[in-house]
Amino acid sequence: MDPMIEVRNLVKRFGAFTAVNDVSFAVRSGEVLGFLGPNGAGKSTTMKMITGFLTPSAGSVKVSGHDVEASPIAAKQAIGYLAEGAPAYPDMTPVEFLIFVARVRGYSGNELMQKVDAAIDRANLRSVAHKNIDTLSKGFKRRVGIAQAILHDPPVLIMDEPTDGLDPNQKHEMRLLISEMAKNKAIIVSTHILEEVNALCTRAIIIAQGKLLFDGTPADLEQRSAYHNAVTLTVSGGASTDTIADALRKVTNVARVEVSAGADGRMHVVAFPESGASVIGDISQLVRAQKWELDEISVETGRLDEVFRAITSGTSESGREVLT
Amino acid sequence: MNNIMAIARRELANYFATPVAYVFIVIFLALTGVFTFYLGGFYERGQADLQPFFLYHPWLYLFLIPALSMRLWSEERKAGTIELLMTLPISTWQAVLGKFLAAWAFTTIALFLTFPIWITVNYLGDPDNPVILAGYLGSLLMAGAFLAVGAAISSLTRNQVIAFVITVVLCFGFILSGFPLVLDFFRGWLPHGVVMSIAYLSFWTHFDSITKGVIDLRDVIFFGSFIACWLFANVILVEMKKAD
Ligand SMILES: Nc1ncnc2c1ncn2[C@@H]1O[C@H](COP(=O)(O)OP(=O)(O)OP(=O)(O)O)[C@@H](O)[C@H]1O
Ligand SMILES: [Mg+2]
Repeated sequence: MDPMIEVRNLVKRFGAFTAVNDVSFAVRSGEVLGFLGPNGAGKSTTMKMITGFLTPSAGSVKVSGHDVEASPIAAKQAIGYLAEGAPAYPDMTPVEFLIFVARVRGYSGNELMQKVDAAIDRANLRSVAHKNIDTLSKGFKRRVGIAQAILHDPPVLIMDEPTDGLDPNQKHEMRLLISEMAKNKAIIVSTHILEEVNALCTRAIIIAQGKLLFDGTPADLEQRSAYHNAVTLTVSGGASTDTIADALRKVTNVARVEVSAGADGRMHVVAFPESGASVIGDISQLVRAQKWELDEISVETGRLDEVFRAITSGTSESGREVLT
Repeated sequence: MNNIMAIARRELANYFATPVAYVFIVIFLALTGVFTFYLGGFYERGQADLQPFFLYHPWLYLFLIPALSMRLWSEERKAGTIELLMTLPISTWQAVLGKFLAAWAFTTIALFLTFPIWITVNYLGDPDNPVILAGYLGSLLMAGAFLAVGAAISSLTRNQVIAFVITVVLCFGFILSGFPLVLDFFRGWLPHGVVMSIAYLSFWTHFDSITKGVIDLRDVIFFGSFIACWLFANVILVEMKKAD
């Protein structure tokens, strides 16, 4: 099966500044791609090129087999797009707005009303359907944008920070909605919420300063973490943390041990394994043999925020100066 | 075609969703009244025609039409909705045409509401109605020309006030360029052909003959191609400026 979204060597320059620098990736139907990167990384700019709003400086985008520059209408028909900030006409009500979008998308009569109705239901907009959009709260505005994007049940869905501004319940609903739709769509979601990547995405890419730095599954991402398979012992009393730390250092495949105090006054001893190794077996044997009194022993899968920082570090602040 | 109509409908409904439509219509009607009956000496002339009514339309349009056109694209750019609009499956020219048609339809409505003046003149005397019809047609064409300029200028900036001012200045130029006084000024130092082109580009030259009841195909073609040129410019400007 051909990918639904194919981005090839995409470049966008604004004057002398390169916002997107040679980015390539592909998304197949059934995939949810998490698009990560620090502020100003070029996420929104890339999405604007995929949806045909911005013309690339170089490279190409194919959506559903159509080249976005050569046949923009066909490509746009296949796309549902929630732009950053969920723009919508402030003087319209959600119903009027959705009817407008449905008309432009070529629906009429009964079918049009059905599509509008279904979109209102899916985005939970019933209660504000007849209020002016400029009087809606941020979260409801976002949901109007989402309703507009999914109205025509597009095979390709591109959402720029869809959960930004939603309350925790709505965030959960939104994630459910996306997972539900994921079966027969190719979806790209940008987000700053790293847990969302685990909860939602089958794949993640990270860009910073316009460059693609990572492309893989959320599990791959976690494996990059120093905390991947790290074992944390939480100690409240009894054995001294120094003894424990010394003992742990001698376990095979333990690369390094860190001792830190938690916010609650308890001590944490973390054993980091050599990359790729697992140390939990040996450590739990040791704990039993030494009869240490522990509050808790846990294995981490990895800390995404730490990986994110490591991958994008040093790029967020000095970005512009370095490139221009 | 459906896309164009969908955009035109939304745009037209938008005029009525805000006070813009009512303010515009009331001021338009009040000013036509003032110009026709007071400044134009409608009664004093003792003639059953609408010459004084049409005579002031260029000046009325000069300030009112830019107020209608200024928001067409500036507002979209400012609110960011242009990103929504331009990622829907429509081409830029369809959006440009839809917006222009909505604004034009709105001026048609405003112009139509001046029919009491037409009734009055028919009640008072026995006017030449085909001449009046020609006047209306000419007025509508000229309104279209003002609007086309205004729509294109509106895509240049996110600021509606700037769009308004630039449009007024440009349109003022397109009216003045037909005045003998102005043309005499140019005649002093420009070749004859250039002066004739300047006069040709004036709304005044083409509107004047139409209001006298002469529908010359050349005047209609002038306004038609003038509108087409500015809409074409509008398409290019939207493409260039949409993402700025
Ligand atoms: N029209 C423009 N003109 C000039 N520079 C621009 C333009 N649009 C974006 N940029 C620059 O391009 C870079 C990437 O912006 P972009 O909006 O894609 O970032 P982002 O990854 O979406 O960030 P965020 O997480 O804050 O939304 C930024 O430095 C931005 O200032
Ligand atoms: Mg962004």
